[in-house]
Amino acid sequence: MRTLAAIAVFGFAMAVLPAFGPTDFMLSFLTLMLLFAYLGQGWNILGGYGGQFSFGNTVFFGAGLYVTVITQVQFGLGPWAGLAAALLAGAAVAFAIGWLSFRYGLRGSYFALITLAFAEVFRIVANSIAITGAGAGLQVPLDPSPANLQFVGREGFYWIILALTVGSLLLAWQLERSRFGVYLIAIRDDEDAARALGVDIFRTKLRAIVLVGAMTALGGAFYGQMFLYVDPHIAFGVSVSVEVLLVSIVGGMGTVFGPLLGAAALHTLSEVARETMGDTPGLNLALYGALLVVMVMFLPKGLFGLASFSARRLLKGWRS
Amino acid sequence: MLELRSLSKSFGGLLATADVSLAVPEGRIVSLIGPNGAGKTTLFAIASGFLTPDSGSIHFLGQDVTGLPPHEICRLGLVRTFQVVKPFAEQSVRENILVGAHLRRAGHRDAAEKADEVAELVGMTGRMDDLAGSLTIAGRKRLELAKALATEPKLLLLDEVMAGLNPTEIEEIIPVIHRLRDSGLTIMLIEHVMQAVMKLSEYTWVLNQGRLIAEGSPQQIARDPAVIEAYLGHGLAARIEAENRANA
Repeated sequence: MRTLAAIAVFGFAMAVLPAFGPTDFMLSFLTLMLLFAYLGQGWNILGGYGGQFSFGNTVFFGAGLYVTVITQVQFGLGPWAGLAAALLAGAAVAFAIGWLSFRYGLRGSYFALITLAFAEVFRIVANSIAITGAGAGLQVPLDPSPANLQFVGREGFYWIILALTVGSLLLAWQLERSRFGVYLIAIRDDEDAARALGVDIFRTKLRAIVLVGAMTALGGAFYGQMFLYVDPHIAFGVSVSVEVLLVSIVGGMGTVFGPLLGAAALHTLSEVARETMGDTPGLNLALYGALLVVMVMFLPKGLFGLASFSARRLLKGWRS
Repeated sequence: MLELRSLSKSFGGLLATADVSLAVPEGRIVSLIGPNGAGKTTLFAIASGFLTPDSGSIHFLGQDVTGLPPHEICRLGLVRTFQVVKPFAEQSVRENILVGAHLRRAGHRDAAEKADEVAELVGMTGRMDDLAGSLTIAGRKRLELAKALATEPKLLLLDEVMAGLNPTEIEEIIPVIHRLRDSGLTIMLIEHVMQAVMKLSEYTWVLNQGRLIAEGSPQQIARDPAVIEAYLGHGLAARIEAENRANA
């Protein structure tokens, strides 16, 4: 119940924020931060709760992104059809990857590698065929109207992405109190023990990855609507894959608020770095790497675990 | 209730189960004993679907379940525990039991009620919020039992639930198992603690090097020369027999 109240307070505070006249820069910053909190929650469901570490979530993001843009540019359909198609495409790609990986029992680093490999294959294919616009990419014509899912101000996407993020928080909250979630966590902790208690681990993992594929693709689709452009690198490069797992690990894996905290921390950090050290390309990635090392070494439970961790530390120091 | 027909299983050159046939009658407490490495746990793993036999078949409640995956066998009502207990260490006792309870109860509240009920049965009500990883060995054994019970099984395969417990803890768990039998559950134990086998079990099979070498009531088994040889070494049964005769 406390979690639910926290989600409600967060959602409300963020929803009324545009009324206080934030700058465009600030709205863009928050929109992207929220998008990565949402995408990070996707990673968190499979990785944090389910213990299946994907290094290639961008394959779902990119599939959604490409499918939305392609349905509009190549087939002349509207963005709403594009969103639906993106959801289906994400679920289908996830089903294929999940079926192959989990049927053959790939776990741990093997699963991580195969997801990375799939993302690379998609990038190479997108780079070389005509329908994706190959290396040059595709551009959606600018024509702002709600029917086209394009907005003049920054508030439109801010609210949409906020709704997605709040939805993903509710999803994680609900997951923790559902059979599906209980099974997913059991699989993370001990597959054999879970099987002995009647958990169909293949089906549970497959459901999880399909859910994650669909939600990540939806995130990709909205990303496409925001920037009206896609190329192979944006869609299937490693940066989305890395960032979604980073926000979860930094914020706290297997927790409802982990990805949100992680996204806030990472985006603030990279913005501060840009302000103080200039716009050096790759600087944010280097910083992320350093941060990841620090987090894994000193705060394996992420920012969410920080409070209890430091409390315990203090207590220990007090006693000894 | 559970019928194993000429089961064999080997790992490389090692014959872990050799032509084992046995039938567990409903509503009883039966046991499987034998020296270390006799193949007891392997037999449980085969019966519960964790291993597929090289030959032979498994029938549960009249249905051929050979080759079914563990989760489907569990759904039919056959559940095993692990000798090396497998708690979900990072989760609370309640969350551990919930995993089992969800098998037949989709709703969270419904499953939570079942978990409370099972916790009471095995005497863990006061520990529900403790982390499973923080329990003592006796607590973990109880938890292992509770998780299995939460699946609402018909047949319970208990793999050394008493190993590592002190005599007092054993005395505490024996009535629990009796109560389970009285509630209609069939129970098969693997046990090294002979005190427990004698007190609980109505019928016993003895495995040695993958083969069944004896069966009968625990009292009969304890006198069986083949069993004494398997446990204590070749020739000993004859010597004991001779000494008994000389003393008489």
